[in-house]
Amino acid sequence: MNKIKSLVMGDAQADRVVPPTGFTAQLTLFVSGAMAFLCVFALALSLASGRVADRWADELARAATLRINAPADQKSAQTQAALRILEQTPGVASARALTSEEQAALLSPWFGSDLPLQSLPIPQLIEVIEADSGYDAAGLRLRLQTEVPGAVLDDHTRWRRPLVDAALALRRLSVVSIALIGGAMAAMITLAANAALSANAQVIEVLRLVGALDSYIAQAFVRRFTLRAIGGGAAGMALGLIGVVLMPAASQEGGFLTGIGFQGIAWLYPLVIPILGGAVAYVATSRAARKKLGNIT
Amino acid sequence: MIELDNVGYNYGGGELLSDVSVQLSPGSFHFLTGPSGAGKTTLLKLCYGALTPTSGRVRAFNMDVNGLDRDQMAFLRRRVGVVHQDCRFLDHLTLAENIALPLTVSGKEISHEEANLRELMTWVGLVDRMDALPPELSGGERQRAALARSVILSPDVIIADEPTGNVDWEMSQRLLRLLVELNHMGKTILVATHDLSLIRAAKNQVQARVLRIAKRQLTLAGADL
Ligand SMILES: Nc1ncnc2c1ncn2[C@@H]1O[C@H](COP(=O)(O)OP(=O)(O)OP(=O)(O)O)[C@@H](O)[C@H]1O
Ligand SMILES: [Mg+2]
Repeated sequence: MNKIKSLVMGDAQADRVVPPTGFTAQLTLFVSGAMAFLCVFALALSLASGRVADRWADELARAATLRINAPADQKSAQTQAALRILEQTPGVASARALTSEEQAALLSPWFGSDLPLQSLPIPQLIEVIEADSGYDAAGLRLRLQTEVPGAVLDDHTRWRRPLVDAALALRRLSVVSIALIGGAMAAMITLAANAALSANAQVIEVLRLVGALDSYIAQAFVRRFTLRAIGGGAAGMALGLIGVVLMPAASQEGGFLTGIGFQGIAWLYPLVIPILGGAVAYVATSRAARKKLGNIT
Repeated sequence: MIELDNVGYNYGGGELLSDVSVQLSPGSFHFLTGPSGAGKTTLLKLCYGALTPTSGRVRAFNMDVNGLDRDQMAFLRRRVGVVHQDCRFLDHLTLAENIALPLTVSGKEISHEEANLRELMTWVGLVDRMDALPPELSGGERQRAALARSVILSPDVIIADEPTGNVDWEMSQRLLRLLVELNHMGKTILVATHDLSLIRAAKNQVQARVLRIAKRQLTLAGADL
């Protein structure tokens, strides 16, 4: 505790030595704040798109449907044949013919609940649950074609693939955005640090003349920029989080858009943003200072 | 303490100094004189490592100044107190903070040195100007403050460039007395000045040698002043 106190006091003394640069300070705060704000959204987007991609790929891929269109007298036989084939297919965890009640439940939203199902030529549905290893859809189709002519395998792949791909691409884009935000912040802090170092060239010269080490001079600048980046980053992160909180809650109907946000432990991830911002500022300012100091005897 | 061995220097426009050899032994008092533009400041800068000679060698405390890295150079500057011709203060710090700057940058706790600082400022007669900013000071006050700053780390060598540059006769006498006192305390002193009457005045108080730069050479001036 004492050590921390003396460190802060010692630094406060060193801090006085370099005059404050009001305008650069405000710019640094603003830039770090804005970058942290953007970063919160990029992070939320990346987590949400990742979640969506996982969920779609997972839930949908696991369940495929086999539809049997056959005249009433053959339906039951074809269903049995299809179930047998499915049982023998490697990669299919289970297959189950839906009961007429379940089928009625599926159709009731469209036709009402008092539908005389038996009297209509509706196809029999078989729910196919895929094992982790996955099955060979093309092979299964071929076999069904020869043995159960009325069977149609609908594994949702056709419409699901592009969506999952889009979600994955969105996640990649957000990750790239986060990297770009970090890079842009490093660039801007380097510019600001260079400006501050140039503005204080006279001061640095005097400090060198009275025997200051490069590390001492660099420290005064590095500490300042790092603290500003952390401060601005914390404020930007807080505002960004408020923005995310104000987004409508995730809902079935809203689909992907309302799912942008954090869930559970992920709410803690944005706390890393100001710290990373501070680290970026630390490295950028150290490098700028080392370069500038080399030009002063 | 400081030793120049066949040192030559040029800023790029022809040789300014050549074949300069001189030795500042511990406890000695040297004046450096010569016409304006002869290279007095340049020679002093070579002595405290602000310039590296284009030929020859400079040694300080038995170390080759050319071979020092940046950190070693900083440590050398803590052992050599310098009064710059233009004082070189930080204008946003008070006089007391400026004088204590060498302590601050070498990581010393200023609060422990409060008494020392006060004593030093009394010695140079600036104790009631402690909180003034450098631009508010008179020329003589600045020169005395610069002298105070140069000795705060109690260096073994003190190099002063025109310490009486823009002060009246009485003030220059006062500054001279301070330098002589430091010399009596055992410090090695090198003072650049073109004020010959100052040198004559010093002769009564201290055994000083006079170096003169003329035609790029450094010569030891005799008793003909
Ligand atoms: N950084 C520099 N670059 C180029 N030339 C310089 C530089 N500094 C000094 N000079 C030149 O070198 C010469 C010697 O300068 P110096 O400052 O050593 O003279 P001085 O003897 O101290 O003069 P004064 O008595 O006026 O202070 C001058 O002609 C000056 O113009
Ligand atoms: Mg000069």
